[in-house]
Amino acid sequence: MSNSSTSDPLKPFKLKTKQQELLIRVSILCLVYILAFITRLFSVLRYESMIHEFDPYFNYRTTLYLTQHGFYDFWNWFDYESWYPLGRIVGGTLYPGLMVTAALIYRLLHFLRFAVHIREVCVLTAPFFASNTTLVAYFFGKEIWDSGAGLVAAILIAVCPGYISRSVAGSYDNEGVAIFALLFTFYLFVKAVNKGSLAWGLASAFGYFYMVSAWGGYVFIINLIPLYVLVLLITGRYSMRLYVAYNCMYILGMLLAMQIRFVGFQHVQSGEHMAAMGVFFLMQVFYFLDWVKHMLSDTKLFQEFLSITVTCAVAAGGIALGVGMASGYISPWTGRFYSLLDPTYAKDHIPIIASVSEHQPTAWSSFMFDFHILLFLFPAGLYFCFKRLSDATIFIVMYGLTSMYFAGVMVRLILVATPAVCLISAIAVSATVKNLTVLLRSKNKVAQIGSTKGTSSAKASSKASLDQSQPFPKNGAMALLFGAFYLLSRYATHCTWVTSEAYSSPSIVLAARGAHGNRVIFDDYREAYFWLRQNTPPDAKVMSWWDYGYQITAMGNRTVIVDNNTWNNTHIATVGRAMSSYEDEAYEIIRSLDVDYVLVVFGGVTGYSSDDINK
Amino acid sequence: MQIDLSSHIVKVYLTLKVENAGSTPTSEVLLSFPPTQADHLATVEALVTKGKRKKTTLVRLDVKPTELPDAPNDAKYFTIYLANPLKSGESTTIEILYLLTHSQEPFPAEIAQSESQLVYYRDSALILSPYHIKQQTTFIKTPSTKVESFTRVEPSNRAGTEIKYGPYEDHPPYSFSPILIHFENNSPFAVVEELVREVEISHWGNLQVTEQYTLVHAGARHKGVFSRVDYQSRPTLNGASSLRYLLARLPPRVHSVYYRDEIGNISSSHLRTDSRKSELEIEPRYPLFGGWKATFVIGYGLPLQDFLFETSDDRRYLNFTFGCPLLETVVDKLTVKVVLPEGSKDPSAVVPFPVEQHLETKYSYLDVVGRTVVVMEKKNLVPAHNSHFQVICLLHLQANLHACGAFDVGVRVLLVFRGLCSLPAHRSFHTQVKHRSIRNKKIANSSKLSLFRLQ
Repeated sequence: MSNSSTSDPLKPFKLKTKQQELLIRVSILCLVYILAFITRLFSVLRYESMIHEFDPYFNYRTTLYLTQHGFYDFWNWFDYESWYPLGRIVGGTLYPGLMVTAALIYRLLHFLRFAVHIREVCVLTAPFFASNTTLVAYFFGKEIWDSGAGLVAAILIAVCPGYISRSVAGSYDNEGVAIFALLFTFYLFVKAVNKGSLAWGLASAFGYFYMVSAWGGYVFIINLIPLYVLVLLITGRYSMRLYVAYNCMYILGMLLAMQIRFVGFQHVQSGEHMAAMGVFFLMQVFYFLDWVKHMLSDTKLFQEFLSITVTCAVAAGGIALGVGMASGYISPWTGRFYSLLDPTYAKDHIPIIASVSEHQPTAWSSFMFDFHILLFLFPAGLYFCFKRLSDATIFIVMYGLTSMYFAGVMVRLILVATPAVCLISAIAVSATVKNLTVLLRSKNKVAQIGSTKGTSSAKASSKASLDQSQPFPKNGAMALLFGAFYLLSRYATHCTWVTSEAYSSPSIVLAARGAHGNRVIFDDYREAYFWLRQNTPPDAKVMSWWDYGYQITAMGNRTVIVDNNTWNNTHIATVGRAMSSYEDEAYEIIRSLDVDYVLVVFGGVTGYSSDDINK
Repeated sequence: MQIDLSSHIVKVYLTLKVENAGSTPTSEVLLSFPPTQADHLATVEALVTKGKRKKTTLVRLDVKPTELPDAPNDAKYFTIYLANPLKSGESTTIEILYLLTHSQEPFPAEIAQSESQLVYYRDSALILSPYHIKQQTTFIKTPSTKVESFTRVEPSNRAGTEIKYGPYEDHPPYSFSPILIHFENNSPFAVVEELVREVEISHWGNLQVTEQYTLVHAGARHKGVFSRVDYQSRPTLNGASSLRYLLARLPPRVHSVYYRDEIGNISSSHLRTDSRKSELEIEPRYPLFGGWKATFVIGYGLPLQDFLFETSDDRRYLNFTFGCPLLETVVDKLTVKVVLPEGSKDPSAVVPFPVEQHLETKYSYLDVVGRTVVVMEKKNLVPAHNSHFQVICLLHLQANLHACGAFDVGVRVLLVFRGLCSLPAHRSFHTQVKHRSIRNKKIANSSKLSLFRLQ
């Protein structure tokens, strides 16, 4: 293509500039797609294809059940093996999106005669969805800025440690799928707002449904979108497009979300979802007012009518909310929601939420660790967004700001902020690089072509203005461009390093360096679980700290007293008391719980610090 | 008669000098076992020496279980068929080896971690014989000098690790004098309750073997607590009877070996390879004490040209070992599955001992009609069963294409593609098979030789 002198045989293969650009864009996207997948495979290479951490073991166990027994058994599954003697209604207390997704992928692969094990599917689900997220990021970036920003966003999100931390191979958790669903829903909604089309609104409702089925973080969507709509209403950007998009998404999304048993009627009954409903009614009021304004030609009369209607609507809404709250129809906000708005709330009221390390407020170092240069690019991106305000950029600004706040409150919510930070930073990078290259090119063109007046007026004016302010615009631009690429390359190396060093450990198998530099593997957890599985009676009850509950049921296949689904605080407190009392007292409690085996982790001999004594 | 009790598999070597006292020539010699032993009998082999002095070779004789109508106390019989009929008044020497499993009973039945394991062994000082015994001596070899007690049947004495009974002179048929030996045996009682070996033939040039084990320590049951710290600090004193590791002897040129169980990879294994054999040393996740169980899977790949050959009538046959590759292990139930490539026909298996057989179908990667699986089952195996077996089948490319004629076009394209992919493999068979078959003969010879050295 580049060689135009030997034109004749190559002529059919010659591409136009647009086609070239498309080719480059598609190939970059393909490479990013692959990169996002393979950068998450460190853990498989370092250790093995295994499920990580704690919660993923529950997800894996339920997925196994789903593939073995079918969907209806899964939906009606009463699990006797956890929370002895209470049991757990699994179908009604989980978000089934992840398991159903993995089971569908598994079925599809088996239909295509790929005899893979369900474990491999589970291990690779998160990287696969991370790859899909990069595509969504590209389209989202394209929607809010341009395709360049989309490409940069795809690249940034592919390797961003904040996202990788929850989506390495083996971390088979809700978040792995949910971030994809979150970004996809937002993208579809923004698209719907931009287009005003019912189809996109419908698509966003289905995206929202998938998100609801996958993760409890859907509450963020159902609060952010109304907030965004509210801001648009206040700033006078109300339009028919917004009306169509929001109503379609809200009504259908709500109805679809009610199909998830764990969510149920929360959309109409829980305080956390009331904002969306309020905004929905507000939209109707706006529409009505618009119509009245259209009918009435008298502005004074309309002003009067407006004040009356708004007062009535607000009063009616307030009364309805008050009555609902007072009668108990609308449940108050939950502890986790409170602790998001007020970081000190959990510490005072719900110690079990505060005790989880990932619910702690975020330290600056972990922001730096997870975002690296994005942390500096983020404000720059916000600046560019404010410079070119549109419905879409307002959305991404709001998403970025709110999620950044939440990321500051809880460590684990860095994950939610990551796509927004990547997108906004991508806007900064893309806009900066574009401006600089435009500067360089226009300079060259001017130098080459000389007196030709081909350059556009905008370029000319920018050149002119820069000429006035800076003595060496071209050199300066070159230096800045190199600086930007240097920073981006630092970002890439940092991300790879973080992924390989910090986020690729399964935390069940521990690896250490021996005295001679060889790798020593501590596999004591699995040793214990497997012993339980093989050498205890099948109905044995095992007591342990609740951290190990999911792993004991999944790997040990034995009944546990408490597990990581901390739904019954009394039960947990009883076990905690038994664990921390003197032996004879503890024995009484343990007897009363009908326990056969107690699992205690002791790290005194090998120097493993995070054992049960340390709790 | 020598009884080797040093491991949990009891090895009995009988050297019989048989004389035909009757008037007619006979070619059959009866061997009898009490019913308790007959249940635990894994294998019986009989050999006879031929030639003179240095040029002696051993010839294996046919041994078949037989029923006799007038057997006293349900004794079980085996008939040994001599190669040359024994004339009246002539005598010959027969070497007999038989192996007994599950024949040592732990007593006490439960021991703590630091105790060592004591077992009972019951047998008879005199061999149970339907014939008149002129003279017999029995040597019993114990694993250590620690013998708690043994039944005295004069003349009998003990020296070091050996207990000698006899010589006894002139006993009538079916004489029986029970003996009980109580001794220390700390060799791990490794018993594989169930082993499923799956041998998958791939025309991409690979033979994939997957072995699923259910291992149990069949010794004295573990009692009380297990202290890992004691075990780690003084392993010989605390946990002498535990099963620490197992050694699997795999064929040479083995590759992609893995060792895992239901919950993931087990990191404690070592593979040593050289040109003649590969040794895989595996440790279970936890040391096995009496009564403890562990399940695991070993898998490995082998180059196909070492095991798959072509017969003269254009059929292909697989030549592979039957038994369990673990050393000193008893297998209660063994299932060998040979997964043939898709489209192969008329499979038949040739096994040197009686097994139960049936066919199955398995679906693996990119299968349409499924692969034929030859399943062979056998109970109560010892390492002596590690002889070769053959599975012969017909495999034509045409047959492959005919089979898919009924399917839709997409499937056909897929199969043709796969057939094309396997073409080079077919061609290479012709050239390789010739010298491989020579090599195969050599291997067969050497395995025979090693078998003789055992005696």
